[in-house]
Amino acid sequence: MDKQKITFTLNHEKREEYIDPRASLSEVLRGEFSLTSVKHGCNVGECGACTVLIDGETFNSCIYLAIWADGKDVLTLEGLSDVNGNISDIQQAFIDEGAIQCGFCTPGFIMSSLPIIESPRTFTRDEIRKQISGNFCRCTGYETIVNAIEKTANSRHKAK
Amino acid sequence: MYDFEKIYQPKTIEQALKLKAEHPEALILAGGSDILIKTRSGKLAGSTVISIYGLDELRGVCIEDDGTILIRPLTSFSHITANPIIAKYIPVLGEAVDQVGGPQIRNIGTIGGNICNGVTSADSASTLKAYDAVLEIASVDGIRILPYAEFNLGPGKVDLHPNEILTGIRIPKDSYENTYGQYIKYSQRNAMDIATLGCSVNVRLSADCKTVERLRIAFGVAAPTPIRALSAEKAATGAQVNESLMETVASNAILDVNPRTSWRASKEFRMQLISELSRRATRAAVEKAGGKF
Repeated sequence: MDKQKITFTLNHEKREEYIDPRASLSEVLRGEFSLTSVKHGCNVGECGACTVLIDGETFNSCIYLAIWADGKDVLTLEGLSDVNGNISDIQQAFIDEGAIQCGFCTPGFIMSSLPIIESPRTFTRDEIRKQISGNFCRCTGYETIVNAIEKTANSRHKAK
Repeated sequence: MYDFEKIYQPKTIEQALKLKAEHPEALILAGGSDILIKTRSGKLAGSTVISIYGLDELRGVCIEDDGTILIRPLTSFSHITANPIIAKYIPVLGEAVDQVGGPQIRNIGTIGGNICNGVTSADSASTLKAYDAVLEIASVDGIRILPYAEFNLGPGKVDLHPNEILTGIRIPKDSYENTYGQYIKYSQRNAMDIATLGCSVNVRLSADCKTVERLRIAFGVAAPTPIRALSAEKAATGAQVNESLMETVASNAILDVNPRTSWRASKEFRMQLISELSRRATRAAVEKAGGKF
């Protein structure tokens, strides 16, 4: 199938790419841009390992056609580091709280946590659980993940 | 890579309708959370698709001059829930679609896709049925208005002709005004699951909150398609707000349904759920409306 040009913002930079219109966004992010934080887990929108933000909302990039990203603002985990490559507070909190074991689900969980930690309001633990309910983790039992998100949200609120 | 035979990307509704007329076999791809998965699994592999996801003119919610609420079909579940018009006038619809899948699915899944799939478990369907939604269906030949009550023809089958696309979902003011609703989804997990049974009730009480002026009740997974329980509605009309109201609704609701046994639940368990969820949703809706038991 003929390739098609898309123009979009990827991790704060304007990008142009010629893509196959049958490609999923996750395939393009991994294959063309080497953004391997985007994991192919289930590939059918059940596990959340491929979660990215598009215009500030969480999407499973495996069931999002890459052509739909034209004109949009896409953020992957790689876009969370600062210019010197230092990781962000939420990533550090996952490490500190032991919210990582095998690590496969971690980028997806961190992307799903962004709407919580960037929100002006405080989420209860139940609300945090709901916001991460589209992400599966088979190692941690989730408790440490909720701890890491809650801790980061609290420290960001205090900093304001 | 998704196995499409061909993918069309219209830029306007007119282009989409023209493409659908030229390719009646093509699937309309909205958010894709059903079609892309079935393409991946092979069931729909090799299909020709018309992606309408980029048509922003088919997104959003507004109130028309006569008070009718117009929901454009590509509005995502999360945008329905967050919409101030929905939150003010039909919050139960926002609450119902907030129980679909998980956050990522609610961001991509569309209300139009939900009802055009024609499955009985669609979380938006019972509430839209209970509110007498009216559908605007377009083709190159013009626009057809169809009550949602007549849309489902069978499991996965809806009254959309091969050249048609759903372009609007309307809820008349007379249906939603001064009503209070409750949706209950019974499922095996709290997220990422399909309803074992869904029940949506809305009520309008008399000014003194002692009599039911009107009660509407609809179910998902209680029959091959989403259905209204008309016997229960009739029995509840004019009823006093007291403990026996729940029994009246539940005992009549079971006359209107026809659930099946599936791997999720037996017919018998679904009958029990229909009866129990009728009671609970009725009680909650009446209490929201100011009724006291």
